[in-house]
Amino acid sequence: MTSFAREAANPPYKLPPPIFGARCRACWFTAALLVLVVASFVSLNLDWAAFASVEAARSMGRFVAEFFPPDVSPVFVNKVAWAAWETLAMSALGTAMAAVLGLALAVPASRLSTQDPAWLRSPTRWLLNALRAIPELVWAALLLISAGLGPMAGTLALALHTSGVLGRLFAEAMENVPTGPGDALRTQGVGPLRVFAYATLPQVLPQLMSYTLYRWENNIRAAAVLGVVGAGGLGQLLSFHMGLFHMNKTATILAAMLLMVACVDALSFAARRGLTR
Amino acid sequence: MSASVSPKPPARDPAFAARVFWLSLALVVLWPLGVATEFRPWVLWEPDNRKVTADFVRSFWPLVHTTEFLQMVLRETWRTVAMATAGVTLALVLAVPLSLLATRVLSLSALSGRMDRGPAVLRWCVRATLIVLRSIPELIWALVFVRVVGLGPTAGVLAIALTYGGMLGKVYAEILESGEAHATQTLMRNGSGRLQAFVYALLPSHAAELASYTVYRWECAIRSSVVLGFVGAGGLGQQLDNSMKMFNGGEVATLLLVFIALVALADRMSAWLRKVLA
Repeated sequence: MTSFAREAANPPYKLPPPIFGARCRACWFTAALLVLVVASFVSLNLDWAAFASVEAARSMGRFVAEFFPPDVSPVFVNKVAWAAWETLAMSALGTAMAAVLGLALAVPASRLSTQDPAWLRSPTRWLLNALRAIPELVWAALLLISAGLGPMAGTLALALHTSGVLGRLFAEAMENVPTGPGDALRTQGVGPLRVFAYATLPQVLPQLMSYTLYRWENNIRAAAVLGVVGAGGLGQLLSFHMGLFHMNKTATILAAMLLMVACVDALSFAARRGLTR
Repeated sequence: MSASVSPKPPARDPAFAARVFWLSLALVVLWPLGVATEFRPWVLWEPDNRKVTADFVRSFWPLVHTTEFLQMVLRETWRTVAMATAGVTLALVLAVPLSLLATRVLSLSALSGRMDRGPAVLRWCVRATLIVLRSIPELIWALVFVRVVGLGPTAGVLAIALTYGGMLGKVYAEILESGEAHATQTLMRNGSGRLQAFVYALLPSHAAELASYTVYRWECAIRSSVVLGFVGAGGLGQQLDNSMKMFNGGEVATLLLVFIALVALADRMSAWLRKVLA
């Protein structure tokens, strides 16, 4: 449309607009999107018949009906409560370790002053990206080989993935900090370690804390499902009982998981509201 | 307050006692967590464990690069992307109508004071549905659907569709309510329908934000469709799981590298698209 000159012989409004202009970026974008979506659906040959048929609805109904009544015997509820505590502990310890490791990696990954050659910056950022790119669940599956089944693999997996995320966020926070206090110390001949401890760190600490808390919230949710590959917590209990078709017990575990996620959501919502008010 | 008199600053750290106190308090708090998670890192250094780990890591090199395997990797990579795309498309089918139902700005009765009882209850129910859909992790949906529709990408697509439908619907409704509602309300006061008001007033002012959030979620869906493969929903994740169970380090390393490249590519693509759309 914009290619028409205002002084055209024919008034532009009388010409029909081109439906698919070669220079129309939105048209190409829409076409590409359509091709991607259609190709996805066609190539996956999804099994709608198995899902949308009466037979499938019936089997789904039977499957859901098996959940009831949930197993609420005290012994089992105790077991679920212990697993929930384990999940919470995994997420807290994993996040704490990730904060330490992330800070340790963020220092070489950031250019703290203009004189800083920061030759470790790119390699460290690559390492952080790699840590971050591999999801917690994949880390857990990898770590099972050396740490064995159980919550330790899950904790380490959370720590590794989260340290990638936090390290990058920390590095960006430290690079964006005002350089005045650091420069003042540096001109006095104070070494880089003490400049970091007394000028950079105190300025970014509140931001680092808020990033860490935010990731902890995410990690509680992640820790709940991490156990599906055998890395402890509620997820491990879930995959164990689901594998044995103990549907009543599965229902209790699912309810506990939902309750935990809902509590975390509500708490974080309340905290955010309280802090911003 | 003799600081101005003293000729030189204190040689010792003035906050030393406080630092030691907080550090030891942190250790005391972390101790029960370590007990609960059976956190014994020295286990990693036990000779047999170290040998298993070393053997596994050593087998990462050389990467497996037979034509057959690479073809399989390419096929599974496409399946991963396709699962994410199909899932997000279905999620949109779910999220768009629900978010329109949930948006308070599009209420006719709320134009003049309080919203009517009926619409208010309906909006609340839709919101609750979205929150429930969103708060069940996709991995759990996938576990359930694998039982119903069997192993394969259908379970993964449905899992992504439900969780992301909830997320997108909730955030869409929040975005639509966040901006200036003046144009929308003017249209509705002058007798336009709610859909008209949405298309001509509400959508144009929020289109960029909605589109960029959708692209961001598509990127997340690619990452999570790999994870879904671990419970049997196909794609790269399932191959990774198989290779890990067979301790085939070369295959694991190749798959991980392909996966990291895929995530980086999706990241770049999504950043570029969001810049263009903004």
